[in-house]
Amino acid sequence: MSVFQVLNGLTFAALLFIVASGFTLIFGLLRIVNLAHGALYLLGGYIGLTVATATGSYLLSGIAAMAGIALAGLLLDQTLLRWVKGHDLRQVLLTLGVALVLNDLTLVIWGGDTFSVPIPSVLQGAANVGSVFYPKFRLFVLGVGILTFICLWLMLNKTRLGALIRAGVDDAEMVEASGINIQRVFLLTFMLGSALAGLGGWLGGAFLTLYPSADSEILVFSMAVVIIGGRGSLIGAAVGSILIGMLNTFGQVWFPELAYFVIFGPMALLLAFRPLGLFGRAT
Amino acid sequence: MTDGERRHPAWVSWASSVGVLAVLATLPFVLKSYHLGIATQILIFAILAMSIDVLAGFSGRTPLCHGAIFGTATYFVIYSVNIWDLPLPAALLVGVAAATVLSAVFAILAVRVSGVYFLLLTLALGLVVWGVCLRWSQVTGGENGLRGDLRRGALADIKVFYAIAAATSLFAYIAMRRFVNSPFGLTLRGIRDSESRMASLGYNVTLHVFLAFVVSGFFAGLAGSIYAVFNNYVSPSAVALPQSVQGLLMAIVGGIGTLVGSYVGAALIIMLELFVSAFTERWQIVLGSVFVAIMLFAPEGIVGKINQLTRRHSQSKNTNP
Repeated sequence: MSVFQVLNGLTFAALLFIVASGFTLIFGLLRIVNLAHGALYLLGGYIGLTVATATGSYLLSGIAAMAGIALAGLLLDQTLLRWVKGHDLRQVLLTLGVALVLNDLTLVIWGGDTFSVPIPSVLQGAANVGSVFYPKFRLFVLGVGILTFICLWLMLNKTRLGALIRAGVDDAEMVEASGINIQRVFLLTFMLGSALAGLGGWLGGAFLTLYPSADSEILVFSMAVVIIGGRGSLIGAAVGSILIGMLNTFGQVWFPELAYFVIFGPMALLLAFRPLGLFGRAT
Repeated sequence: MTDGERRHPAWVSWASSVGVLAVLATLPFVLKSYHLGIATQILIFAILAMSIDVLAGFSGRTPLCHGAIFGTATYFVIYSVNIWDLPLPAALLVGVAAATVLSAVFAILAVRVSGVYFLLLTLALGLVVWGVCLRWSQVTGGENGLRGDLRRGALADIKVFYAIAAATSLFAYIAMRRFVNSPFGLTLRGIRDSESRMASLGYNVTLHVFLAFVVSGFFAGLAGSIYAVFNNYVSPSAVALPQSVQGLLMAIVGGIGTLVGSYVGAALIIMLELFVSAFTERWQIVLGSVFVAIMLFAPEGIVGKINQLTRRHSQSKNTNP
């Protein structure tokens, strides 16, 4: 267990957390399992790529990716999902259809080649961490992941919107009954969750590179995170990300052929004993 | 819900059975071998869709792992002929047995959850199979997959193979129909409609769902085994998510909880794919859009819709004589 591998696991966990926190927010509050989340991630990455190559500004590409995917989330929620409200399975299957369409669309627009979002020279090269040299960009992703966790935690625990979201996770009807426009909270959460997918895609676009099946891979990982952590739990998403990040890194080192098994085996076992995940609560 | 055969008089179901058999029997004489191949494919995939329907339509648990169960059988059949040198009938048995065992393992892990969690968990379990098939390349051939030469002798003739596939498909349909209409199947429907009610009536819900899952996996494996002989080739895409999605879509398009709808769904999806592929390579966009449209406008599926309309029709006849 070298420092290098621990850092690999942690940086991957940070990226996973960014994507999975968006997934779990939407799942927790709106009860929507958004299987298009991975496709939104990929789309965000491609938007980041296009804006970064066109303008040369890394920061701008990140903002564009987040804003673009928040808008995509708004469209998805308002044009399609609103018609199947209250039907859990129809919602899931509908987002699955959207995921197939989006995935193929990105293939049409950007082609099947592997791309990497260009990163500024500040983030290139390696930094000295204790005893090893480690890529700066991965450390940057780790930093953004931690910052995202802090911001989301503060937002959920210290703001009015956060209080409404927490209340909505527990009992949306009661929130509505106390005179709150819960639909607006739903919509904002959906856009925030989507924006996190966009942020993840922008970072992942340089971390893991962008290619047509990247969307289902990240979706599978974030689903595992949410299943382990429990629906709608921020702490659960963080713990789940670290667990999956570490299992994935060490699984690839120790059992390269069974890497998937190493991740999903423990997850399936956990579910057999705690069907709602580590931090999930029955409703 | 939509259990069609109960409302029609007996002669209707007899006449339609005879009609279906007649059509199936004349197809080899009127179709070219390419089209007969398509018909064979439809009959095989209808078994997969029906096996999904047993869980989704009659047990209230929508699975996304049946592509993996189906593909596992395909892998086992080709592997056991290629490497173990088994005769084909034995290889088919190995394929079905492997799929049944796999579905029993999946069932143990998944029976305790329902609804969206069941969907997610089975999706993840299916992906484990996919990951293993993709990475364990010494055994599975990795991305290149395994090639077999299973259609030797009389089986090389598509007409003979079509007859076998049709017979298997009919057997599967009759067996699954008997299963869902048996007292056991009726209990499953009770569980679908209200799990807590059935539990409080003293039924062992977990055991029932477990057995339904295994039966469903057996038939998915049967479809996968026959498909191995049909296709002579298997790669990780046979166990991948789109395979499960497509199977589920066939069951949904036809009508969940109707069994026979799976034939309609399989025929429509396979023919749509062939039709679309003639014009564009963007089959996935079309498939996704069909899925979205079905979810928005006709979640009960085609046969489900027809059943709904005829029921409304017969009700209005009953109320205004």
